[in-house]
Amino acid sequence: MAKKLPKTDVVIVGVGWGGGIIASELTKQGLNVVGLEKGQERQTEDYYMVHDELRYALRYELMQDLSKDTITFRGNEKMRALPMRQYGSFLFGDGLGGAGVHWNGQTFRFLPYDFEIRSQTIDRYGKNKIPADMTIQDWGITYDELEPYYDKFEKMAGISGEENPLGGKRSDKYPTGPMKHTPSMKMFKKATENLKYHPYTIPSANLSESYTNPDGIARSACQYCAFCERFGCEYGAKADPVVTVIPVAKKTGKFDLRTHSWVRRVLHKGGKATGVLYTDVTTGEEIEQPADMVVLTSYVFNNVKLLLNSKIGRPYDSSTGTGVVGKNYAYQVVKGAASGYFEDKKFNSFAGAGALGMVIDDFNGDNFDHSNLKFIHGGYLALTQTGARPIANNPIPSDSPTWGKEFKQNSLKYINQTLSIGAMGASMPFKQHYLDLDPVYKDTFGDPLIRMTYDFRDQDRELAKFTAKKSKEILQEMGADKIDAMEDLGPYNITTYQSTHNTGGVIMGADPDTSAVNNYLQMWDMENLFVVGASAFPHNGGYNPTDTVGALAYRAAEGIVKFSKDGGMLA
Amino acid sequence: MTEENNEKSGAENLSRRKFIRNSSYAVGGLAVGGVLGSVIPWGTEDQDQQQQAAKQVKNYNNALMYFSQAEFQTVQAAAERIFPEDDNGPGAKELGVGFYIDHQMAGSYGFNARDYMVPPFFHGEKEQGYQGRLKRREIFRIGLREMQNYSHQKFKKGFTEIAEDEQDKVLSDFADDKVNLSTISASGFFDMLRSMTLEGVYSDPLYGGNKDMDAWKMRNYPGDQMNYTEIIADDNFQEIEPRSLRDHM
Repeated sequence: MAKKLPKTDVVIVGVGWGGGIIASELTKQGLNVVGLEKGQERQTEDYYMVHDELRYALRYELMQDLSKDTITFRGNEKMRALPMRQYGSFLFGDGLGGAGVHWNGQTFRFLPYDFEIRSQTIDRYGKNKIPADMTIQDWGITYDELEPYYDKFEKMAGISGEENPLGGKRSDKYPTGPMKHTPSMKMFKKATENLKYHPYTIPSANLSESYTNPDGIARSACQYCAFCERFGCEYGAKADPVVTVIPVAKKTGKFDLRTHSWVRRVLHKGGKATGVLYTDVTTGEEIEQPADMVVLTSYVFNNVKLLLNSKIGRPYDSSTGTGVVGKNYAYQVVKGAASGYFEDKKFNSFAGAGALGMVIDDFNGDNFDHSNLKFIHGGYLALTQTGARPIANNPIPSDSPTWGKEFKQNSLKYINQTLSIGAMGASMPFKQHYLDLDPVYKDTFGDPLIRMTYDFRDQDRELAKFTAKKSKEILQEMGADKIDAMEDLGPYNITTYQSTHNTGGVIMGADPDTSAVNNYLQMWDMENLFVVGASAFPHNGGYNPTDTVGALAYRAAEGIVKFSKDGGMLA
Repeated sequence: MTEENNEKSGAENLSRRKFIRNSSYAVGGLAVGGVLGSVIPWGTEDQDQQQQAAKQVKNYNNALMYFSQAEFQTVQAAAERIFPEDDNGPGAKELGVGFYIDHQMAGSYGFNARDYMVPPFFHGEKEQGYQGRLKRREIFRIGLREMQNYSHQKFKKGFTEIAEDEQDKVLSDFADDKVNLSTISASGFFDMLRSMTLEGVYSDPLYGGNKDMDAWKMRNYPGDQMNYTEIIADDNFQEIEPRSLRDHM
């Protein structure tokens, strides 16, 4: 029998960006919030020994322990899904702050096109442009409606940047100025200007200057130490939930944060959530936390897993295309990239910051004509200088051997003489791509794992080929002596790292038949349950997702406060 | 390049100077003697000084936690072929990669402690990743034995006794799956050996490889630095004295 605790106003499941934002906004409004986080407490002091590539980047110090929970994967429904036994393609954050601790800090807004992708594509190119099994849909919210929440997230995090010349309209400038420009960034800027593109500095959560946010949280400037992605920031210069929103929630005295608390079920009765059931992982004790409102704020896969294991909402059925929970899983198409090797130039590639770089949006969204192209959407092209740590970064031309004398010679030579242009290709949903419960494999508590069915499609192959070609042209203009560009995307492979930008599964929309949550991220099928995160994206745009996750979380927080007073469906 | 036109000894001298130059910032410009004397494979003029240096750097960490002596010799020899000593500086053996791999095998990584190792085990597609039941330490032990077997079969001698080009042949046959193994994937084992070699070469010296940060010096990698604010926008390439996590204690 589970131990039953006194009821609270709101219980949130997972304390990363989503959970931290919900907790800070709700407690500020006087609501009592219990935050359940399955991992451990984290603080800036933990990162004194953080400049350790092996421990953090290759042994995944900050990531979830896969021996306890993972997902299974298959490329299509005819294959047997097998567990992701080791990390590769993407990484699950773990502990307080979640993936918000180990991110790079690249903080882009999606384009107005993203939110109305279906109607705008049809308007410009006609219905036939969209393949029959591509399940894109409008988001049930426009860019203009979401803009104030983007602004709120950016001011909370202190984003450093300059206006995107091809982006949506901004109500205000970034709260801090752009990051410094390195020689390679200057080369990219010049080359893309020569090509008549529109370069701008990547909007960065690594602060360009010291900053105090509207909540009164003061943080110091980034030191360009080159340890962001997969690492925590020892300066607190990189915005993460632990140094921004969580302390704000704690200060109210209304936030009851419980780490080591693994939520296994959302409890419900008569169509309403009544609380959650969780296990204290240190004792194994089962505990029931009743609440008036439940907010799922964990990672994409776990949000879906909790709903399905709790039998909430209509599970997606790929044979009919009906149901919504697990629908429209999407990813990111990042392999359409190129590397340039320079014989007479040397760069300080060892230095950098996670969001240090220059970018263009000339081939993102519908900023270019797709009439004669076999894909929709696109992606940004960027040159970043995130810090080339030595185990993982040994760039060599494609015709070089990968071990032995010549490998050593070439890798030592090109380490500081290689620049890459990367693409953040958008990912479209398809009828056959989805998340459901695995029939065989279980997590450490015996609950079914999430099963992913996903592969690259012609859309992705064409898009990747296109971005690789454009990347190559920019490197040519930059004067690279030799260039390697991706030639063939190949099938989706879960073993090589690509991006932790997994999206979908609990998607938002204006129609309860085709979406799981409304534009306040409130479940259509359970009005006192909100599901926050990139799980709400009906497709993934050509950008890193965190700014949009943050904006949607601020909007959800507003909705939850409203719901706590008036009740009912918010949209 | 003048190096190419020189006699071999001339080239060696030049690259020796290059490595000493890269190494020298560790001791503030003092190029030979002291701790440094023992890490430069070309020796010093003063034997007393050298002996003293050897004493100073006696490393109690250089002992085995998992491998047998013979396995260790094989790992070390194979890693050296993957990242050999050359004009740029030391190879995997000198950098301590053998000890690094041994110590990793003895710990959580060797036991796949944070991997999902729950049955049932099925053969999958390569896009689905590793699906075996063997742990890394078991794969390594089997792989090393198979390398020995293959070396005997092909060259009538053990892996550590054959010539360098014969060792390369054994390794490339593993890398290209030209060796038929029943229990493990030959290329999978080679890939693990290669990636662990690079880890041992370039990880912080605290793990037992990258001895005296010599691998970092070869590639002008500054290691653990608190900030690059002053140089990040600089047009010139910077050579910065490397620091390890030990220096940060």
